[in-house]
Amino acid sequence: MAQREVVVGSRIGLHARPAALFVKAATEQPVRITIRKGDGPPVDARSILRVLALGARNGDTVVLEAEGEGADEALDAVATVVVEDHDDPA
Amino acid sequence: MSVSGSGAAVNTLTSPIVGIGVCPGRAAGPVARMGPRPRLPEDHPAVADAEAELVAAVGALNLTAEDLERRAAAAAMPGAAEVLEATAMIARDPSLEEAIRSAISKGDSAAWAVDRAMDAFRAMLLDLGGYMADRVSDLDDVRDRTVARLLGLPMPGIPERGEPFVLVADDLAPSDTVTLTTERVLALVTVKGGPTSHTAILARSLGLPAVVACLAAAGLTEGEVVTVDGSTGEIGIDVSAEEAAETNRAEAARRAARGASHGPGRTADGHPVALLLNIGDAAGAGKVAKVEAEGVGLFRTEFLYLDRQDAPSVDEQTTLYTAVFEAMAGRKIVVRTLDAGADKPLPFLNQEGEPNPALGIRGLRIARGAPEVLTDQLEAIARARRATGAVVWVMAPMVATAAEARGFTELAHARGLPIAGVMIEIPAAALRAADLLEHTDFLSIGTNDLAQYTLAADRMAGELADLLDPWQPALLELIRITAHAGAAAGKSVGVCGEAAASPTLAPVLVGLGITSLSMAATAVADVRDALAAVTLAECREMAADALRGLGR
Repeated sequence: MAQREVVVGSRIGLHARPAALFVKAATEQPVRITIRKGDGPPVDARSILRVLALGARNGDTVVLEAEGEGADEALDAVATVVVEDHDDPA
Repeated sequence: MSVSGSGAAVNTLTSPIVGIGVCPGRAAGPVARMGPRPRLPEDHPAVADAEAELVAAVGALNLTAEDLERRAAAAAMPGAAEVLEATAMIARDPSLEEAIRSAISKGDSAAWAVDRAMDAFRAMLLDLGGYMADRVSDLDDVRDRTVARLLGLPMPGIPERGEPFVLVADDLAPSDTVTLTTERVLALVTVKGGPTSHTAILARSLGLPAVVACLAAAGLTEGEVVTVDGSTGEIGIDVSAEEAAETNRAEAARRAARGASHGPGRTADGHPVALLLNIGDAAGAGKVAKVEAEGVGLFRTEFLYLDRQDAPSVDEQTTLYTAVFEAMAGRKIVVRTLDAGADKPLPFLNQEGEPNPALGIRGLRIARGAPEVLTDQLEAIARARRATGAVVWVMAPMVATAAEARGFTELAHARGLPIAGVMIEIPAAALRAADLLEHTDFLSIGTNDLAQYTLAADRMAGELADLLDPWQPALLELIRITAHAGAAAGKSVGVCGEAAASPTLAPVLVGLGITSLSMAATAVADVRDALAAVTLAECREMAADALRGLGR
């Protein structure tokens, strides 16, 4: 099981545009990725509703996990999206 | 969101029906009503074939997603495509399919299963509160579209028509309006809402003629041709084709002639009136030059604080203010310090549970319990001012007394902000404007709140819209008192509420002694033209009439 611990870089948390970009990136990966916050249960990273429901805010640490061939590359790709701050603070 | 299906007989309406005009301009065209939210019938059909129900539900969700994606691709308004794409993503959410499957296995048929699955996620987002809860309206949009499809009901939301139409709705929510464009919609008419409702603000930003609080509009029928006058609030019915064509021709001519006047705002005889913009971010600042405004009369800073567990740092604020100030390119900008509280509570200020938030800890009053929020903000504004050399004025919202005005002004001066003023939103402050001006550099009247507090009518209460009318003589009297105090002290007194955006009211405000008007970018051309058409003496006559309740 490949794993990445990353800190949410978006000013408004994993919400609105950052959440949509994250789910889009996860959907494009060949392996299934899960995301969890703290001790919470891992949820499907392709599910915008579950990702929003994490309530992950700026500075929170989230754990990304995936298994199988290409898992590492896939995690790197989505981890980048979590770390970046792509907000307009609109 | 939708016109209540009262089925009121159209024939009982006599022309014109009247509401409150909130955005000037005229238009004629067929009525298209907001599609109502689909409701599940009382009788819940039994499930014969669970697999077929699942296929139907998922198929309907996919069609909803495709429809949203198509609209995203066609969206014209900035940001609209993103909102629609994010909503489509909800319709394609794999977790929904699981939840629907589970609901069907418990005996729900497709539409009910979609409804139940959505409800669970809805509750989850609502629990998170704040910004997350805002997505509930997107969820509801997906739910409504999908359920309507499954039950064979008309699509909710803004209707699709082959020709432009007059949109008639119960009221409009922000989520209803992202795809609203002036190509498709000729005018807005709502049964509810008031002069400061979301509909009114949207109409002004688009420059669409709009009438709100028109109860009789509930009786208008689909396809019926009407004329809408966004100044008088009149909606003409039983309109002939010639009449409709003539209305649109005259309006096109008016729009073509609009912007005939240029440069700084002034009356026909040359009395200067600064025309300024109300903005909420750096994008707004970019519009100042485009509409030939002389600067920004109200920079709302709330956007910096929304969805925050903690107040933003001085550095973070400095960066954002610097971006906005740079966009001003030498023009004046009036920054309003944080106006939270009441309808805009912030988590880090602990404002839960005020029995009467509009009369509670809001605006400058926040500094009583959390002075660092204000001092940090002033520090950041001062740093950004030094970094850019911009012409920056600051002002505090919700000031009631001369002592408060003095406290804020001294604080701002001490931080290196040379021009500090206060807003006049509370009748007490208007009545003692002369006292306030002994201690502060300028005044800016927020007519929306001043009307609310003077007439004791909640800004959000649509049925009290007549009391919130900026033509109320009591409100105009308080404006007069404030403006006169400014003239006596030789200090500037502006208006930055919705009243400043009205071409009919602007000359009255000038006649009362107001020296600057701050408004949405779309209103500037009309207000400049309106002022250029009258002399200062005429403005004063109009003001005298308006104070007696005449001359509207």
